[in-house]
Amino acid sequence: MMEIGLGHYLAVAAILFTIGVFGIFVNRKNVIILLMSVELILLSVNINLVAFSSFLGDLAGQVFAMFVLTVAAAEAAVGLAILVVYFRNRGDISVEGVNMMKG
Amino acid sequence: MLETLAFGAFSGVAILSALMVVIARNPVRSVLFLILAFFSAAGLFVLLGAEFLAMLLIVVYVGAVAVLFLFVVMMLDVDFAELKQGFLEYAPLGGLVGLILAAELAMIGFTWQASEQAMALRAAAIPEGMGNVEALGQVLYDDYVFFFQMAGLVLLVAMIGAIVLTLRHKPHVKRQSVTAQVGRKRDEAVELVDIKPGQGIGE
Repeated sequence: MMEIGLGHYLAVAAILFTIGVFGIFVNRKNVIILLMSVELILLSVNINLVAFSSFLGDLAGQVFAMFVLTVAAAEAAVGLAILVVYFRNRGDISVEGVNMMKG
Repeated sequence: MLETLAFGAFSGVAILSALMVVIARNPVRSVLFLILAFFSAAGLFVLLGAEFLAMLLIVVYVGAVAVLFLFVVMMLDVDFAELKQGFLEYAPLGGLVGLILAAELAMIGFTWQASEQAMALRAAAIPEGMGNVEALGQVLYDDYVFFFQMAGLVLLVAMIGAIVLTLRHKPHVKRQSVTAQVGRKRDEAVELVDIKPGQGIGE
């Protein structure tokens, strides 16, 4: 059995990040999945921060992971609110018509 | 041994469910797979010794954010069938960008080395003989208290923003207007009619 090191966690985080970016490119009709992809990307960033924090023995990484969590929660709330308003105005949630929001 | 097995299980489930979030046909399933991914990531955090963040991930993400997503998915009356249009159209481009990104991350990962002074440059070394929650609390409320307050402010602004964005006044709903109630005068409310005997009010 191999020992689980920092590299393994970084690999998992990198794969999650890539999946998140792939999701942003692929889902052009559904802004909800786009927001979920952003959440996945932020989750991978958190895994990176916590892995480094654990293997270097530095608690600052976990503190910053907590702040990333805060910003992610705020982003989800405002993003979903914008989505609800957008759906009321347009009747669908595809990315194509988003530029109608420009002033 | 056990740790390796747990790492494999958690990371495998996290990656598979993340993939299902992206490619699932039904947004409700996407949200449920997102919850599964967050649970697995919380398991990884426990393995790393960050118990408080693991619990925070479950409480904040699974309990609040994912349920919020679920609410919005259920609330919006969206035609699920047409949501996946263009998936195959954009899949090659997305896959290409993803592969390039993965290759770049792998290049960084293989050439990256920790600095020799890394251990000396730590901002807040984990103290001995102290639980994760206690140590985190000491660091958070001593060194990072300003950022902690700012995070609270960010959440407040986000809350106000979300309320302002989604609040709407429906035109046909009768609402109580305290100003109008209090500002009512006797002249507007009561009218004295002098009735002659035997004639009645008439019109």
